[in-house]
Amino acid sequence: MVDLDRWLEIWSTLKANRLRTVLTALGVWWGIFMLVVMVAFGSSLRAGVSRNFAGLATNSVFVWGQRTSMPYGGLQPGRHVEYDTADIAALRRIEGIQYLAPRNQLGGFRGGFNVTYGTKTGNFGVMADYPEVQYVQTPLVLAGRFLDDGDLDERRKVAIIGKGVYEQLYAPGAEAIGTYIKISGVYFQVIGVTGSLRTGGEGDRDLNMITIPFTTFQQAFHAGDRVGWFAIVAKPEYGAAKIEAEVRRVLAERHKIAPDDDQAIGSFNAEKEFGKIQTVFWAIDIVLWIVGVMTLLAGMIGVSNIMLISVKERTKEIGLRKALGATPWSIVAMIVSETVALTTVAGYLGVVGGVAAVEGLGWLIAHMPDSPLGPPQIGLSTAWQATGLLVVAGLIAGLMPAAHAASIQPVEALRAE
Amino acid sequence: MVRLDKINKYYRVGAHSLHVLRDVDLEIEPGEMVSIMGASGSGKSTLLNVLGILDGYERGEYWLDGTLMRDLNERKAAHYRNKFLGFVFQSFNLLPFKTAAENVALPLYYQKVPRRKRNRIAMQYLERVGLLDWAEHLPSEMSGGQKQRVAIARALIGKPRLILADEPTGALDSETSHQIMDLLTEIHQTGITMIVVTHEHDVAARTQRVIHLKDGRVEADP
Repeated sequence: MVDLDRWLEIWSTLKANRLRTVLTALGVWWGIFMLVVMVAFGSSLRAGVSRNFAGLATNSVFVWGQRTSMPYGGLQPGRHVEYDTADIAALRRIEGIQYLAPRNQLGGFRGGFNVTYGTKTGNFGVMADYPEVQYVQTPLVLAGRFLDDGDLDERRKVAIIGKGVYEQLYAPGAEAIGTYIKISGVYFQVIGVTGSLRTGGEGDRDLNMITIPFTTFQQAFHAGDRVGWFAIVAKPEYGAAKIEAEVRRVLAERHKIAPDDDQAIGSFNAEKEFGKIQTVFWAIDIVLWIVGVMTLLAGMIGVSNIMLISVKERTKEIGLRKALGATPWSIVAMIVSETVALTTVAGYLGVVGGVAAVEGLGWLIAHMPDSPLGPPQIGLSTAWQATGLLVVAGLIAGLMPAAHAASIQPVEALRAE
Repeated sequence: MVRLDKINKYYRVGAHSLHVLRDVDLEIEPGEMVSIMGASGSGKSTLLNVLGILDGYERGEYWLDGTLMRDLNERKAAHYRNKFLGFVFQSFNLLPFKTAAENVALPLYYQKVPRRKRNRIAMQYLERVGLLDWAEHLPSEMSGGQKQRVAIARALIGKPRLILADEPTGALDSETSHQIMDLLTEIHQTGITMIVVTHEHDVAARTQRVIHLKDGRVEADP
């Protein structure tokens, strides 16, 4: 195949039939172009959706209290399930938990609270946390630091503010670290400013949030030993689903909840959600590949068709070559090589065109505010797969015309005047 | 050089079978220049195809240079054509997208002669037919006589033992025909056996022996 002679021979035939060469190439070019663009689009979609989950541990579990729906142990249904610090100690005894982060929110879930700095006031959510929460949802620390154990042990009155909070309370460029803000009448020193890895609504919520130590919260806001909910990261070898079940069992037992009362305890298992999304992506990828390959297949059939016509047109040439000593195999090799050369070059140009289109698309997406799509990417492996596919496609497309060419009898060919 | 022993060939036309060559016996010595004449339908083209290993036959034996040419597979046939035979056609059959030199060199491509060498040899043969200056021209830029010269150079390049010319002057005017026959005669004088199929008497007159074919039979072979 590395015979220079043969390639020169192929080049001269392709050059001699320019229009046919260009038309044939166009079909393959379009096929591979579409394949590249669609695979990149898939990656863009994936990146966009993944961004909503950025920083969330895939094996995390959230558990909160709801209301009982069944009588149990002599107690009426409809009780509110509320957790306390004794539950923390109980949950810490569970083997498979890697990180346990009990959480509280001032004003309840998604509720706001009045915060003052100097003359400015805003309404923000206040979250009471353990440092372990950073393993559940990775914070993006822009300045200062996140919570540490010392803050919790000493019940320091410190706060980490989101970037949105900073922008609303501080003059642009003002130093926030070390300043004091007043949360519901209590002063806290700002020790960090955070952004968010997430975008959209989730990201906005992160930016307008203030985080304070869990222990400080209990003391400063007279929350007693109440715990709002638990954020948990399972040890990798256990799996989130198992830990979710175990935590529910322990809490149900401690709070006298019927073992089959699914309503009493609310929980969310990120692993399960990730799995679902992963499946959706899988399906999208498969569909995109199928459509892309089908488009390529259409291109291939086009190539095969045109080569077949070309073989008919060249009956005389092929007959003559045979009369001059061409073996059937050399004719097959000639036609197949022509097809492979054509599809590969056209396909390569398609990859280049596709990548250029993807870059353009990426630029557009990057300049679009709040785009639901992420940056599209086309991996090197995809390019290689596509190239391999092309060579094989060229081979298959060339086989039928080649077989036809090899069967041409020199007599018939030379007789045709 | 060539020995045909009771060659019979049939063409199937629908349900019928056409008997085109009937017990053709023929012997051509090395270095002979022979013409085959006959009306259209006499089987002379078929005979040439059999001689050129372009077509098979049903009964008889065809010996070419001491080798029996019978039931050859395509690869073998290609090999013998390339090694023993040179073809000259009425319609030249040059590849239109190749230059004169490339057309001449084509048989050597199938002998796996490297490109450089092939082109050098092609030049020698072009010189021999007096077309060295036309080496880089395409067939479309040449006259009929020039094209036939290129075709003759191509037939010679493989150093064949036998040249088969099918109406070599059929598409040429009488003056050019004359020149082409001069060239063929000159080549014959170097010792190559030559068989010319023609229906022109002055062409046949320039060969050493004329074989008349009628209804698939050799009519007169003095």
